[in-house]
Amino acid sequence: MAKHHVTTTINGDPVEFLCAPEQTLLDVLRDVLYLTGSKEGCASGDCGACSVMLDGRLVCACLVLGVEAQGCSVETIEGMAHGDELHPLQRKFLEHAALQCGVCTPGFLVAAKALLERNPEPTETEVRYWLAGNLCRCTGYDKIVRAVLDAAAEMRES
Amino acid sequence: MDYRSPSSVKKAVDLLAAHDGAAHVLAGGTDLLVKLRAGFVEPKLVVDVKGIAQLRAIESDARGFRIGAAASCAEIGEHAALVAAWPGVVEALRLIGSTQIQGRATLGGNLCNASPAADSVPALIAAGALCRVAGPSGEREVPIERIVTGPGRTSLARGEFLVGFRLEKPRPRSGDAYLRLIPRTEMDIAVVGVGVALTLDAAGVCTHARVGLGAVAPTPLLVAEAARALIGSRVDDKALAALAAAASAACKPIDDKRGTIAYRVKVAGVLARRAARIALARAAGR
Amino acid sequence: MNDVTMKGLRERRLKVVGTRPLRPDGVDKVTGRAKFGADIHVPNMLIGKVLRSPHAHARILSIDTSKAQALPGVKAVITSADLCDLPSEFIPAGEMMVNFRDMTRNVMAREKALYEGHAVAAVAATSEAVAQEALKLIDVQYEVLPHVLDVAQAMEPDAPLLHDNMFTIGVEPRPAQPSNVAKRVEFVLGDTAAGFAQAEVVIEREFTTKPVHQGYIEPHACLASVSEDGQAELWCTTQGQFIVRGFCAKLLGMEVAKLRVTASEIGGGFGGKTVVYLEPLALALSRKACQPVKMVMSRAEVFRASGPTSGAKVWVKIGANRKGRITAAEAVLKYQAGAFQGSPVQPGCMCAFAPYDLDNVRVVGFDVVVNRPKVAAYRAPGGPISEFAVESVIDELAKRLGLDPIEFRLKNAAKEGTKAAYGPKFGPIGLVQTLEAARSHPHYRAPLKANQGRGVASGFWFNIGGETCAALNLGEDGSVTLVAGTPDIGGSRASLAMMAAEELGIALDKVRPVIGDTSALGFNFLTGGSRVTFSSGMAVIEAAREMIRRLRERAAKIWEVPVEDVVWEDGYACPANGAGGDHKPLSLADIAKTAGKTGGPIVGNAAINAQGAGPSLATHLVDVEVDPETGKVSILRYTAIQDAGKAVHPAYVEGQMQGGAVQGIGWALNEEYIYDANGRLENPGFLDYRIPVCSDVPMIDTVIVEVPNPRHPYGVRGVGETPIVPPMAAIANAVENATGIRFTQLPMSPPRVLEAIDSKRAALAKA
Repeated sequence: MAKHHVTTTINGDPVEFLCAPEQTLLDVLRDVLYLTGSKEGCASGDCGACSVMLDGRLVCACLVLGVEAQGCSVETIEGMAHGDELHPLQRKFLEHAALQCGVCTPGFLVAAKALLERNPEPTETEVRYWLAGNLCRCTGYDKIVRAVLDAAAEMRES
Repeated sequence: MDYRSPSSVKKAVDLLAAHDGAAHVLAGGTDLLVKLRAGFVEPKLVVDVKGIAQLRAIESDARGFRIGAAASCAEIGEHAALVAAWPGVVEALRLIGSTQIQGRATLGGNLCNASPAADSVPALIAAGALCRVAGPSGEREVPIERIVTGPGRTSLARGEFLVGFRLEKPRPRSGDAYLRLIPRTEMDIAVVGVGVALTLDAAGVCTHARVGLGAVAPTPLLVAEAARALIGSRVDDKALAALAAAASAACKPIDDKRGTIAYRVKVAGVLARRAARIALARAAGR
Repeated sequence: MNDVTMKGLRERRLKVVGTRPLRPDGVDKVTGRAKFGADIHVPNMLIGKVLRSPHAHARILSIDTSKAQALPGVKAVITSADLCDLPSEFIPAGEMMVNFRDMTRNVMAREKALYEGHAVAAVAATSEAVAQEALKLIDVQYEVLPHVLDVAQAMEPDAPLLHDNMFTIGVEPRPAQPSNVAKRVEFVLGDTAAGFAQAEVVIEREFTTKPVHQGYIEPHACLASVSEDGQAELWCTTQGQFIVRGFCAKLLGMEVAKLRVTASEIGGGFGGKTVVYLEPLALALSRKACQPVKMVMSRAEVFRASGPTSGAKVWVKIGANRKGRITAAEAVLKYQAGAFQGSPVQPGCMCAFAPYDLDNVRVVGFDVVVNRPKVAAYRAPGGPISEFAVESVIDELAKRLGLDPIEFRLKNAAKEGTKAAYGPKFGPIGLVQTLEAARSHPHYRAPLKANQGRGVASGFWFNIGGETCAALNLGEDGSVTLVAGTPDIGGSRASLAMMAAEELGIALDKVRPVIGDTSALGFNFLTGGSRVTFSSGMAVIEAAREMIRRLRERAAKIWEVPVEDVVWEDGYACPANGAGGDHKPLSLADIAKTAGKTGGPIVGNAAINAQGAGPSLATHLVDVEVDPETGKVSILRYTAIQDAGKAVHPAYVEGQMQGGAVQGIGWALNEEYIYDANGRLENPGFLDYRIPVCSDVPMIDTVIVEVPNPRHPYGVRGVGETPIVPPMAAIANAVENATGIRFTQLPMSPPRVLEAIDSKRAALAKA
């Protein structure tokens, strides 16, 4: 089957790509555009390692077809820092040692950013349930939750 | 496989009809993409219905609500009037998957995937939802409990697809609730799911009730006996015990990787009782 | 400063070690820049895919690859014929043993497919779609054989036989008939019959655990490129690039030096990435195609074909007197090995009773093959299973004796000088300290409500050292590159750079730590056995000391004084007290600047076999609530207390403790492999293989106890593995306190718990 020509905005930049109808947005990001910050942990929407924003909604890129991104705005981990200035969440993840192997980290950061944009003052329980679709096998989640709560506090102050 | 994104119901019907069963409807894709990846389905064409404005709309008027089949659960959950009117339906659809899944998953998909364990379906059954179906011979309206006919099977004919749902405005002193049992706190498929909707009269006697059960039979169930246990009662302990017994009796479950027959039967009763208590508190509150 | 040098390292005040700096690899990981196994693309790259057995046990009658080979875009197809067959011999590899005859058969089935998901052929093609299409064109003829999954059934005389040449080792006389029992091991101390005769209370229980998977989020992935002259490059996600090099060279019949292996960033391993699966196949495909080949497992392949840890049956009997002293302890452990021998039953036996100071112990273990994927190491391999059983019985015994469970453990705790049943006499160890910290923790006295219960359990793990190299290279500007050979799985670049900075007396940001490929250093054993901060740390310290020696020599040359007159203080070469004259101290940068004139580049290297890893002990406290109507167990509060020797970077020590505790929570409550009647895995995904999610767990409080390991310059003990040992028993003990029911089967999933609650209710009603 012929490939589709897709026009999107990725991290604010216009991007065009060709993709087969069965390729997922994650396949496109990683293997066509080489934006490998979004990870494939399961390809079934169960691990959240491929979390991206699609037109302002948090989604798993593995559960979106590449062709569905036509005309959409996509934000990935690669767009989270501004120049050499890390997003407060990125800084807090480092300060709190909220990552060990780091493979789940991009997904957690994208998901946590989406949370704080909607709810600047989440409770611990709200953080835990919002992030329940992001699996981490290393940290036991403790330091991740603390980092998100601390980043939220700092972002409220600034 | 090819992909098309029609802009109208008519165009979607034409595409589906032209492919005579080899086309698959794509709404949120949270079930379909998993099946595609695993090779469980190999459609010639995927028809993305999210490009049809009507299927994304959530509308309310004096009579009730119309929810497009392809509106995402996240969008539906943000509809304040719907949340206020049908909290049980909304809590059920908010339980479907993670935050990420919520951004994509739809009520149309949750229903037409035809899993016995779909979370929104028992709650919608309890709420008496009606489904709007479009096809080559026009549109028809069907009670939701008649859509799923077995695991992975629906009563939709070739070329038909789901356009949306209609929920009546709740009667005064009504409340609904949905509870499910999963081994973890999130990210699991329901082992048992129970939706209860009930209405009280001014004296606090239940005049109307519907009970939906999920994951305990080949299809989600509307359990009339369970509703009868509540109607005419004050939803007291005795009525709740009868409700639990009726819910358990209606189960025709299987042993599988998610639960045993005995477990599902028992827990269906437990959750029915707990859900009815929540629905009662909600009804009494308004 | 001088007396600091004089007093020796162990007593000096540490400036970097023990602090919590940002990790040097952190920014790459929060920006998505870090390259994991699947994150690499090279020109002209092919995609490799594996055809796997749909049968749990089947003889392979024939494999016809001709149609696949003829498909346009297919560049290579391989079967077991493309790998070396190798003789059976056991080679120690850290905490496990390897046998190359089995390894070549595990990566590609030969005579038989021994589990569902066992690789039988592989293809490399120009795209994933073509590769998938090609797999469908490979025609494999199988003769399906009866299979066996359960360890007890596999030990029956009439069980389906996996290997007709397997005769139990460790049984005298050697059995005449082959069986599925690969090995019997036994550890005896004292006389258990005499010990039980002195016991006033004896408890005996049988436990069952299910296989559980390490559950790393990053699937196995690699990229191989073999050139026409046989030189090869391999990029892969692994816990040991040198181990991968050795294994692959053996399976492909290559010289080790011809193969360079680069470890990518690793997205979790927990022991599961200490073996090879795709790597030899990618090399064989690339060798055939003369193009680079990338291979990535799907999540389902990870579950079906990579190593979980053993499911097991464990029988435990412990006797004690009324004073609360244990008089005798026995255990029999039957561990599933998967399709090939090599379960962790031996370490399971060794640590079963290791936390306790006992006179009479007998532990027997059986290594049993079944039609499941070959087990791989999983965090403290073998320990969590046997210690779950023992710590459950210890708890029950304490209750029967009317003793507080911490008090009972303290009465019997192993300490410095205790002789372990498996042989050695312990040096300083920290069990008593963790128990005392648990007893005095506010958690231990916090009130509980109805349907809630508190559990306590301790855990032991040996930890290992082993062969290790490290290099420090001084840059022209005085900055230092640190090269380590052990993949950084949880922050070891931070801890190693901290130790280098501490020794050299320089700022941490002057040290850039990298993980070298196999051409950068001499042999390194892998990241495992909680050995990296200990062993690579030792090597780094030795390399730093060598670099300091050379820096002093250069300074002496510049000042024209004997080297004895130069000391190294806080990052500067200084004249020694009363000698060496009046010279301005020289920094690393000063010395580096003139290095060309004083003798050339300055490096520090170490190649050691690190000895003296100290065991790490832990005690965990957990509160649970059990829903009596649904059987669902919720974790309300958790405190993990562990001896770290010396916590180099305390935040990452806490991280190990928290992560291990939560993996243990998963093992205790919901994780299990579920097979259908045909031996096919029913839950090969994160939907139904239920690892804990964020909302399942509370904060995991930690208390780090520091009982220094005298064999390490800073007192370091490995900390990575011990934290997964106590949780299962701690939770079972808590559930017992909440419900009055002793659970001897894992996982304690809602249906199992509710069934037990209902049975107890029914029994009470009858009575």
